[in-house]
Amino acid sequence: MFHIYCPYCEEYREEEEFHPKGQAHLSRPEDPDDCSDEAWGDYLFFRDNPRGIHHEMWVHAQGCRKFFNITRHTVTYEILETYKMGEQPTITAETNTARPAATASSADDRAATEVKGAQGVQA
Amino acid sequence: MSQSTKQPNRLAAGGSVDRTRTLKFTFNGQAYTGHPGDTLASALLANGVDLVNRSFKYSRPRGIVAAGAEEPNAVMQLGASEATQVPNVRATQQALYDGLVAYSTNGWPDVQKDLMSWIGKLGAPFMPPGFYYKTFMAPASMWMTYEKYIRKTAGLGRSPSEPDPDIYDHMNRHCDVLVIGGGPAGLAAALSAARSGARVIVADEQEAMGGSLLDSRDRLDDQPAHAWVTTALEELAARDNVTLLTRTTANGYHDHNFVTLHERRTEHLADSAPTIEGRRQPRSRLHRVRAGQVVLATGTHERPLVYGNNDLPGNLLAGAVSTYIRRYGVIPGRKLVLTTSNDHAYRAALDWHEAGHEVVAIADAREAPEGELVEQARKHGIRVIAGSAIIEATGSKRVSGARVARIDRDGFKVVGPVETLDCDTIASSGGYSPVIHLASHTGARPTWNEEVLGFVPHTVKGVTTTGGARGVYPLADVLADGAEAGAVAATAMGFEVATEARHVPQATVVTEGAACALYQVPHEKPTLRAPKQFVDLQNDVTAAAIELATREGFESIEHVKRYTAMGFGTDQGKLGNINGMAIAARCLGKSIPEVGTTVFRPNYTPVTFGAVVGRHCRELFDPERYTAMHQWHVEHGAEFEDVGQWKRPWYYPRRVNGRLESMHEAVVRECRAVREHVGILDASTLGKIDIQGPGAREFLGRVYTNKWAKLAPGRVRYGLMCKDDGMVMDDGTTSCLGENHFLMTTTTGGAAAVLEWLEMWHQTEWPELDVYFTSVTDHWATMTVTGPEARKLLAEITDIDLDRESFKFMDWREGRVADVPARVFRISFTGELAFEINVQANYAMHVWKTLFEHGDKYGLTPYGTETMHVLRAEKGFIIAGQDTDGSVTPEDLGMHWAIGYDKPFPWIGKRALSRSDTRRTDRKQLVGLKPRNPEVVLQEGAQIVFDPQQTIPMTMVGHVTSSYYSPTLESGFALAVVKGGHQRMGETVYLPMVDGTIHEAEIVGTQFVDPEGARQNV
Ligand SMILES: [Zn+2]
Repeated sequence: MFHIYCPYCEEYREEEEFHPKGQAHLSRPEDPDDCSDEAWGDYLFFRDNPRGIHHEMWVHAQGCRKFFNITRHTVTYEILETYKMGEQPTITAETNTARPAATASSADDRAATEVKGAQGVQA
Repeated sequence: MSQSTKQPNRLAAGGSVDRTRTLKFTFNGQAYTGHPGDTLASALLANGVDLVNRSFKYSRPRGIVAAGAEEPNAVMQLGASEATQVPNVRATQQALYDGLVAYSTNGWPDVQKDLMSWIGKLGAPFMPPGFYYKTFMAPASMWMTYEKYIRKTAGLGRSPSEPDPDIYDHMNRHCDVLVIGGGPAGLAAALSAARSGARVIVADEQEAMGGSLLDSRDRLDDQPAHAWVTTALEELAARDNVTLLTRTTANGYHDHNFVTLHERRTEHLADSAPTIEGRRQPRSRLHRVRAGQVVLATGTHERPLVYGNNDLPGNLLAGAVSTYIRRYGVIPGRKLVLTTSNDHAYRAALDWHEAGHEVVAIADAREAPEGELVEQARKHGIRVIAGSAIIEATGSKRVSGARVARIDRDGFKVVGPVETLDCDTIASSGGYSPVIHLASHTGARPTWNEEVLGFVPHTVKGVTTTGGARGVYPLADVLADGAEAGAVAATAMGFEVATEARHVPQATVVTEGAACALYQVPHEKPTLRAPKQFVDLQNDVTAAAIELATREGFESIEHVKRYTAMGFGTDQGKLGNINGMAIAARCLGKSIPEVGTTVFRPNYTPVTFGAVVGRHCRELFDPERYTAMHQWHVEHGAEFEDVGQWKRPWYYPRRVNGRLESMHEAVVRECRAVREHVGILDASTLGKIDIQGPGAREFLGRVYTNKWAKLAPGRVRYGLMCKDDGMVMDDGTTSCLGENHFLMTTTTGGAAAVLEWLEMWHQTEWPELDVYFTSVTDHWATMTVTGPEARKLLAEITDIDLDRESFKFMDWREGRVADVPARVFRISFTGELAFEINVQANYAMHVWKTLFEHGDKYGLTPYGTETMHVLRAEKGFIIAGQDTDGSVTPEDLGMHWAIGYDKPFPWIGKRALSRSDTRRTDRKQLVGLKPRNPEVVLQEGAQIVFDPQQTIPMTMVGHVTSSYYSPTLESGFALAVVKGGHQRMGETVYLPMVDGTIHEAEIVGTQFVDPEGARQNV
């Protein structure tokens, strides 16, 4: 129904083929034994909860089984871009200049609640 | 004008009903007739049925007020049979069909007799505003008693107690422009968008498209307005880029222009969908529309005025009076008084007059009404009383008079003498509220517009509101606005809209004077002592209740609503909310926008569960997975257990001496068979993941807690998998098939999650490892042959050398079993000698049956999951997800032997096992429990305490995770987690039960049977 662009399949696919896996760009410390308990606890348990731009990891579970990243707006729920694992987002809280949505439609400006100024981009 | 004798209020001519055909229906058991084209409401009015319900709190008689979705009173229970009962149907939105059976939902037990007077008389003191809180919350136990009666009497209807014979559809749709509302604005929008080539869906909730044009006095292109509707619909229907959906309510606007449309496909035909060529038609269809652009052309709802006894049957909305006369040929009375704040409502008086009935007077709240409709009324000799309003209706079961007085709107008082006019019908109009429900669903707050005296919507990107829905009222403007909205939407989708595509018909211009703001009409007495002035008819909320709420300190409209229950009915206060806000504002000395805005939530009108569920019910609710041997299990009387989506044999009760074994008896027999002879389990549901690649071995070492570097081809190892927080997530055996090739098994329920887990770590952390994962769960069927006789049985049908020296415990071998290729694994989940045979799934039934052909002489016994559980628990083998719950480490399980602390790579979970929390010695640790009384089987989940004398709340120190009766031990036994349990061997713990019993148990090791492991190693 809702279409999400899989950067590996290179096409828009049904939302039901995907599911989210939480915050993106978390990297496991190279040497866990070198981490303090607190640092390891931060890695394990603490996640960002921004109002606005958020980078999330998703998986094309019923498709190519590839993990990839999504830049999503947590107020409008708009998916702003999708990109491969290992790549960096082009849209961030700092650079938030919305470009064509990665949700399928012949229109670029899909439904998106108007977000008031800086509130929407606070990380 | 002559009247039909059977339908006293049916006009001889006019409207779009087919008077040549008669439809029979019953209401509250009484037989009536109507015509095709009627709604249930118009047919009831045609028959002179005044009383359609009793009110919720005060049990007051109520009649039909409106002609559309906003109707608060005529809420019906429909259905001729128990299975086809439907509650909460608005009679105004239900097309009449032959044989329709309707009952009042509020009227229990009899709408005519006021048997609810006990509550009605108690009414005022018994149910003041906030009564839910004040009265029912205190003696909590009494609520159950009240609730039953209040529900029954409160218009909530009832669901059928028999299975629904109908089926319901869901349909996904995509379009460029979704137009909601098929009135003048919607049709104009649809035309301009469709002419540009955009894919357009038009949804309208009524039986026919046209909206207000269906009963309009206006002319379009010098034709009656409804004639243009026909032309417009013909043009739209002829286009293959247009889908027209009538009887289709847009019930919810959701994120990203996702709109749910509820199409009632057969509810105008019968109470259950007809069959065509033996196939039942879907009764309703939920269209899940993802629209590029949404045009909201939802029009307006007229507001009634709030005056004394405004709830008596015979009080109607002015616009509804026009609709019943002009569309249905029904006049709901003889003598009309209109009370209004605006010109537009004059149509009701003109229509009434033209139908040949008496308009006694028009009480107009404005000092100097002027405008074409006012002039027409005066020309017809209708008395117009300016600066006045009806302050109170009189009558008992029906309006018999109207008390009219001069009022001071600003001072909120009656300023002149009261004149009582003889009449049987009162039409009222306090203006028009844009229907902003769907616009509210977008999350955008509406704002008050003083010019139109209503809330107008804000919308989000991709949504356009048009026409009455955004406060544009004159017909010519509405049409132009609609055409523009359609053009804007189509343009946004990349279509070019030519000038001529925006062409709309020429509307006669009717000049209307300005309306005045009037909501609650003042009475001679103060509101608290005046006759009841109803704001929310469905929930029986009066102006006095709102005033009381504000006096009790409620200032926000959201609080007032919750305190009085205003707007909490199934109609969501479509008629009353603005009036209620205006009254709260007056009492608080604030403006309406200062008091708040109205927020509406999906669904716009009630939707049956059937429509929501669609085909996702019964056997299609969730897929069922069967193993290759399923048919055999069914034929052998297995009881099944659901494990995820799998149907697994639970136990196989046998008929003994004409009586079917109980589960306990079957399990005891199956356990003994395995421990003494040989049993067989269908273990096909275990997850199987084929892992290949040069990086496979290294990868296993990182995801499992134990070591994999030296596992040779032909060998099998048990593996424990943790999350990076150090908690056990899954376990299973993994076999080395080749140097770079492994077969991993997982728990039945964990198969999909483990595969995704492996993929995630490979793709996101260690892409440099060359390794591939493939689910092969369904490709291989697994049967476990286990027991002292297992080797002898298997030897009869395999070419594999089963000698205990060459085929050791934790080895696997390839060969043929029952003449088909097989992998045989010498692993044991029962503690007995065991062979797990894997064959290609489509050969499995053959192999299974061959085993039974040879197994009879050894006493081969099929066993199910229950016996499997008993046997594994006797050996202390855990089930991940049952004995663990995401807070249990391998150390807590006492499985130090499965932790490779000295492995070079920091495997998943390792670091967490040295955090201070995971090092605590008082963590809950897995132990065995032996009940002091061997007959006791402890309850799984039962809490454990050290001190049974402690007063409640007692200190809980753990719980039972697995518990069974062991035929081998002839005793109950359990696995449990207990704080510091590993250091408490031999101590006694206590398990207090709900009934006051306290069980005693001794902490023991987890291996109850054969702790040395001798039996599996023979
Ligand atoms: Zn993909």
